[in-house]
Amino acid sequence: MNKLLVACVAAALLVPAMAQADDFTLTIKDHKFTPSELKVPAGKRHTITVVNEDATPEEFESHALKIEKVVPGKSKGVVRVGPLKPGKYPFVGEFHEDSAKGVIIAE
Amino acid sequence: MLGALIIVFREVLEAGLIVGIVLAATQGVVGRGRWIAIGIGGGLAGAAVVASFASVISQAFEGSGQEMFNAGVLATAVVMLMWHNAWMARHGREIAAEMRQIGTAVSEGAKPLTALAVVIGLAVLREGSEVVLFLYGIVASGTSMSALFLGSVLGVAAGAAFSALTYLGLLAIPQRHIFTVTTWLIALLAAGMAAQSVQFLNNGGVLTAFDTTMWDTSWLLSEGSIVGRLLHTLIGYTERPTGMQLIAYAGTLIAMYLLMRVARAPGRPRPATV
Repeated sequence: MNKLLVACVAAALLVPAMAQADDFTLTIKDHKFTPSELKVPAGKRHTITVVNEDATPEEFESHALKIEKVVPGKSKGVVRVGPLKPGKYPFVGEFHEDSAKGVIIAE
Repeated sequence: MLGALIIVFREVLEAGLIVGIVLAATQGVVGRGRWIAIGIGGGLAGAAVVASFASVISQAFEGSGQEMFNAGVLATAVVMLMWHNAWMARHGREIAAEMRQIGTAVSEGAKPLTALAVVIGLAVLREGSEVVLFLYGIVASGTSMSALFLGSVLGVAAGAAFSALTYLGLLAIPQRHIFTVTTWLIALLAAGMAAQSVQFLNNGGVLTAFDTTMWDTSWLLSEGSIVGRLLHTLIGYTERPTGMQLIAYAGTLIAMYLLMRVARAPGRPRPATV
């Protein structure tokens, strides 16, 4: 078990983020996401830049994507997703869950 | 008001569950109230600091500062929980025996309480900083202060009440089992935190090995539901765990088991009275 762990850690350290894939952008304005539906290719890693144009902080949260990230007001944050199996991955802005919601579609 | 209530409740609850378990785990240790108060107070102060530096933290490490910070906080908590369980493996029997014999508290608790105070402090810091940011957002967007205040107070009260219930529920466990139960709870809590910690490293782009999702139980229990959230905090329930999360989870449990065995090994000072 220990050897396995060591191997995992070593592998993780030696192979930093392999294929750096395409970049996507989600914009928060008036506590809404644009686009509210984001299509990304399945099976690849992606970085998504979450731009918060509101003055208030927002928390980008998705259980499906295992992401929780606070994006302060008038600022942006980068989240990494994937590789994703084809399917729908909903996300919300936790601080304004009523209006701030969307879905990432991997296909 | 309802929005404030729900979010504050949720965050207070997450930290409160941890406080409840720690309170139950430190039954009969003199001065625990002070340590726990220090943990909560330190956590609150830390939360305010973290919230006010949210932008700075976010921008650190090429935009992955927040992930690194969360991963570090969780990893520290895992180490502290391991330390506590190892200590209890060595001294728990004595404490339990003495509690039964004398019927009063024992004073041997100074060491693990530092560890648990840190755990409480970190839990309060993580959840608290979210509350602060959220409330700041509401204030900035011009919701009436009184509604906000009322919602937050109700949220804190409801969260605290639930934590108290957790604690009282654990206290209902017969005394000779309570340390066994809390040892398990703490082990699972630590394993769950370790799994979350490696996921933050993954999100930060630092540890991307074994990041394939192993299974999906969202159809059975959504992580967004109340029960899902509770289990997420308590035992690290994740609807779609990655391989690395499972490795971290199992690795933490195994490491904790080995550590407790080692801690227990050198001849028991007192036989286990049942």
